[in-house]
Amino acid sequence: MKTVEPAHAVSSGRDKAPPPKNPGPARPARKSREWVHGLLMSTPAVAGLIAFVGVPFGYAVVLSFYNVRLGSPLAPSFFGLEQYRRLFTDPDLSGPFLRALLNNLTFAVVVVPLQTCLALALAILLNRKLKAIGLFRSLFFMPVVFPMALVAVIWRLILARSDQGLLNSALHAVSFGNWGAFDWLGDAATAMASIIVLSVWQGVGFQMVILLAGLQQIPTELYEAARLDRASRWQQFRHVTLPGIRGTLVFVAMLTSVLSFRVFDQVYVLIHGGGLDEDATRTVMYQAVTTAFDQNNIGQASAITVVFFLIVVVLTLVQRRVVRPGNED
Amino acid sequence: MATTRPPLRRLADYAVLGVLAFVFALPVLYLLLGSLKPSDEVLNGLSGFLPTHLSFDNYTAVLDALNSDSTGYFWRFMGVSLLLAFVVVTGGLFINSMAAYGLSRLKWRGREAVFTLVLLLMLVPFESVAVPLFYMFNDQRNTLFIQAIPFIANAFSVYQFHTFFRSIPPSIEEAARIDGAGPWRTFFAIVVPMSKPAFASVAILTFLTQWGSFLWPVLMVSDPSVRPLPLEMSVFQGQLPPDWGQILAFGVLLVLPVLVVFAFFQRWFVQGVASSAVKG
Repeated sequence: MKTVEPAHAVSSGRDKAPPPKNPGPARPARKSREWVHGLLMSTPAVAGLIAFVGVPFGYAVVLSFYNVRLGSPLAPSFFGLEQYRRLFTDPDLSGPFLRALLNNLTFAVVVVPLQTCLALALAILLNRKLKAIGLFRSLFFMPVVFPMALVAVIWRLILARSDQGLLNSALHAVSFGNWGAFDWLGDAATAMASIIVLSVWQGVGFQMVILLAGLQQIPTELYEAARLDRASRWQQFRHVTLPGIRGTLVFVAMLTSVLSFRVFDQVYVLIHGGGLDEDATRTVMYQAVTTAFDQNNIGQASAITVVFFLIVVVLTLVQRRVVRPGNED
Repeated sequence: MATTRPPLRRLADYAVLGVLAFVFALPVLYLLLGSLKPSDEVLNGLSGFLPTHLSFDNYTAVLDALNSDSTGYFWRFMGVSLLLAFVVVTGGLFINSMAAYGLSRLKWRGREAVFTLVLLLMLVPFESVAVPLFYMFNDQRNTLFIQAIPFIANAFSVYQFHTFFRSIPPSIEEAARIDGAGPWRTFFAIVVPMSKPAFASVAILTFLTQWGSFLWPVLMVSDPSVRPLPLEMSVFQGQLPPDWGQILAFGVLLVLPVLVVFAFFQRWFVQGVASSAVKG
């Protein structure tokens, strides 16, 4: 690293010997100009992020303190915390919002453990040296590339009511006609369960891939040592596998919980034309979009957005906290 | 786990995997078969699975149905989606990698502060800025511009490139610098060609997200001439009476481009997802 001058001399000698520059000041000069280049290189992306993430986010907070309506002739008026008060305590407005929060919570509480465990089971099954294992991996991963709008439509058919739906028809067949007239999407009791099933089907491959990478980082010697100690398969799982992927597992669980609060596409598609029960499945994002778009109530929708963001940030911070000790470098 | 397993166990593994794979593939199979069947036979219980009367009629019917100014043109929806994906992916690769290089390999005052800002902005999901953006750009609705521009700069992409660039040994760049290459040349001629895995995985992740993008088009697009495919999927399936064969054929056409990308580049994709997560 300290051979700068000879190297410089050689290279300048090759380049038809320009007037020998003094290498001493040349280096600091380049160094001092580095900030210009650094700034120039980062400006497009950073400016874009500020313009399309930073500013709108600040704007959401500001808008949530105002009574702003799209297309209203009235000028926006300062509203203080009124939007938030309405969201949480106004008997006419808080109903759908609190229901959306509850739905999101239900979704997260079921999906996070379910999807994480399923992903782990698949990852363990796929972490084997078998022929065509790559094919199986691709297969379980495939739904991840499906746009949610399409996933919703496919499952709309599978879960269709009466005996036309695939699931009802199958139930009909195995129960000799005793079951099979459920309205999975339209019935408030099963609507959320339906959304959960199709979301897990689409998303589990993503978590599986992450966990598979975690599993592959566990040294094989650990398993060999465990086998020499006559550890059973369960003991190997309990004492080698689980500790080995603890950090990854926590990461996956937290990632899933953040993602589960962002649910929107499938709910929107299935409510608009899929006969999905709206009240049982509305989510916070669905609420924000309908408030902004259908009711033109930007102030209220911004307040929902801010609440949504706070939830996600709390989850993310918890995630950083929990993951750090086990997963730091 | 690397040891070869006894044949009986291997058979059991295949059995379990086979059953699971079948359950997982069922919806995809249903989609494919349904798109090739007459519409009245699709939503018909278990017999919706029987492969009778297969033909590509639904595909031609979709292209015929979506072929006027009032409904929009299928190829136009496809074109809009492809164009948006192209702009967001290439524009994003360019500016996000450049920023990550400026923030990881050039030494300047304030870069830590700027990078911290990027990390903070990474915390903000798009969902929480959708409403104010919708309000700010309300006069830009139904343009291609507004559908692409908010997604080009991407904090997560910057972060992924940043992580990758930091793993490149500095000696290679130093050699280039000593030979007289400035930071721009070092970046474009030396660093970019070395970083193909990072570019591939960021590109695929961005493409996938952009291709399925739904929330933003719901808010910003009503005009069929600039409507992307997933939004049209939602419009098309909501029409009464639904023509299931055509809807599923539409679905196959919607997912085909991503499946092709996935089939060719899945190694990069899986690596990208896995590495970013394990490091994160």
